[in-house]
Amino acid sequence: MSNHVLNQPILYTQKLTAFYGDFQALFGIEFHLNIGETVAIIGSNGAGKTTFLRSITGLLCNEPSSVKFSGQPIGASSPDEIVKLGIAMVPEGRQLFPSLSVEENLRMGSLSGRSGQWDLRNIYELFPVLKERRHHGSMDLSGGQQQMVAIGRALMANPSILLCDEISLGLAPIIIKDIYRALPAICSEGVTVVVVEQDIRQAMAVSDRVYCFQEGRISLEGRPDELTTEAITHAYFGLEDAVS
Amino acid sequence: MTSKIPESLPFSIVRSTFASKVAFLGFIVVFIAAVTLPWWGGRADMRLVVEFCYYLALAQLWNLLAGYGGLVSIGQQAFIGLGGYAFFMMAAFFDVPPLLAIFLSGVVTMLFAIPTAFLVFRLSGAYFAIGTWVVAEVYRLSFAQVSTLGGGSGMSLPISVVKSISASKLEREILIYFLALLLAMGVVTALYVLLRSSWGLALTAIRDSEAAAESLGVKKQMTKYAVYLFAAFGTGLCGAIIFLNKLRISPDSAFSVSDWTANIIFIVVIGGIGTLEGPIIGTLVFFILRGVLADFGAWYMIFLGIVAVVVMLKAPQGVWGLVAKRYGIQLFPVGRKLM
Repeated sequence: MSNHVLNQPILYTQKLTAFYGDFQALFGIEFHLNIGETVAIIGSNGAGKTTFLRSITGLLCNEPSSVKFSGQPIGASSPDEIVKLGIAMVPEGRQLFPSLSVEENLRMGSLSGRSGQWDLRNIYELFPVLKERRHHGSMDLSGGQQQMVAIGRALMANPSILLCDEISLGLAPIIIKDIYRALPAICSEGVTVVVVEQDIRQAMAVSDRVYCFQEGRISLEGRPDELTTEAITHAYFGLEDAVS
Repeated sequence: MTSKIPESLPFSIVRSTFASKVAFLGFIVVFIAAVTLPWWGGRADMRLVVEFCYYLALAQLWNLLAGYGGLVSIGQQAFIGLGGYAFFMMAAFFDVPPLLAIFLSGVVTMLFAIPTAFLVFRLSGAYFAIGTWVVAEVYRLSFAQVSTLGGGSGMSLPISVVKSISASKLEREILIYFLALLLAMGVVTALYVLLRSSWGLALTAIRDSEAAAESLGVKKQMTKYAVYLFAAFGTGLCGAIIFLNKLRISPDSAFSVSDWTANIIFIVVIGGIGTLEGPIIGTLVFFILRGVLADFGAWYMIFLGIVAVVVMLKAPQGVWGLVAKRYGIQLFPVGRKLM
């Protein structure tokens, strides 16, 4: 959890909706993110978590004022404009570039041209194993190492906000711990982090606040220590006593 | 689009390889042989090299589109025809000096590619491929309606224009030879430089994962447009040189899918898609097969088809893909190695 949280929203959404053709995936999402905060978004498959991140990053177009970054409407901005403003995403499934080496994948993150403290040296300090394997093809790495490349690649864009979509997906528990161990170091550099997770315990452990999504709506919001298991169970599944 | 390489790294970035250095020496030898060929080779040799050069340039440009940009077009003959007709019109009707007309043909073709792109970029995948073919057919049928250009029969380059290039046939052939050589080398060099730049990195990223590239701020659509227009410009130049060499143009020959795009796709698939080396190997294989099978009539096309199918099934990365995988070599190191 972050120690540098300022009670000042850097990003918020107002009545955010999203559609895939005729299908409505998000219904009036009201979300805010304070500077320096780590916020987790939890929810089951199809709850709208990834759609929400895609809406913020410009991969899905919205009303301009439905997403605001530092007071500036960005709902209709293109992905490259949003990256230049300082919002970068670690996509679900890592989505590394197989033709490129580890080093080249990382360099791709800096194409937006934003300056800041994150460069190759800092990424290699954060994930030393990547320095050893920098000349390898990105697909030659293990799943955990690939996830490190995906995170490093997003950090190379020197973002103010880092959006992490299911970074623990398909990884062994011990590897997930390694990945999440890097989070405090990232936050200490002044990066505000949003983590989308299906693993509720992991999400609660790393976050300052939690949003739970259910069927395209926010079903719960609060600090991890304020939320009871029953409330989360209900918000996550829409059922009583679905998990113990 | 800019990229920043951090200063004072604890390692050095190396882009050349031993194979690339050997290949560079090989290319110098080939270059010297090619440049001096008019003095030691015959006219038939020059004509063969001219044909080799424009097929190589066309294949490299198609490879840029399909292998790097993910834009599988089967309508590149549209730009060959447009380039050829633009050259004939400028040289025959507007008295534009032939060399300037060749360059302007590339520009005119690129201008035509803007509305074409607007139309075909609304499609994707197989629909994009078919769409490009349909557009090329529309161009063919449209040019066949223009009586000033000879309609369906086409037209010849006026003698006065031919003589303005050079009074001597040999000198004219030497000029066309060097133009074709310059075109092939120019296209290969331009693509090499382009693919080594951060723009090339972005292009490769789009090919690998459009969504991830986009989420990192790569301007996907603009990059694809740029690639399409660049390929149209180069293909238009090729068209102008091809029909300057032939001295005659008709809609059926200029916009023929079987004469141009089918051969280009064969070359790139056989050689190896998504590499700069692939189209070079593919053009060599194509010319060797064509030479060996020249006496077999229609069997030649059937055999080429069988070769293409076998390569697609057994070695989808092409001849160069197999060699590169087995020996780990790269003649055109567009990537980077850290030492």
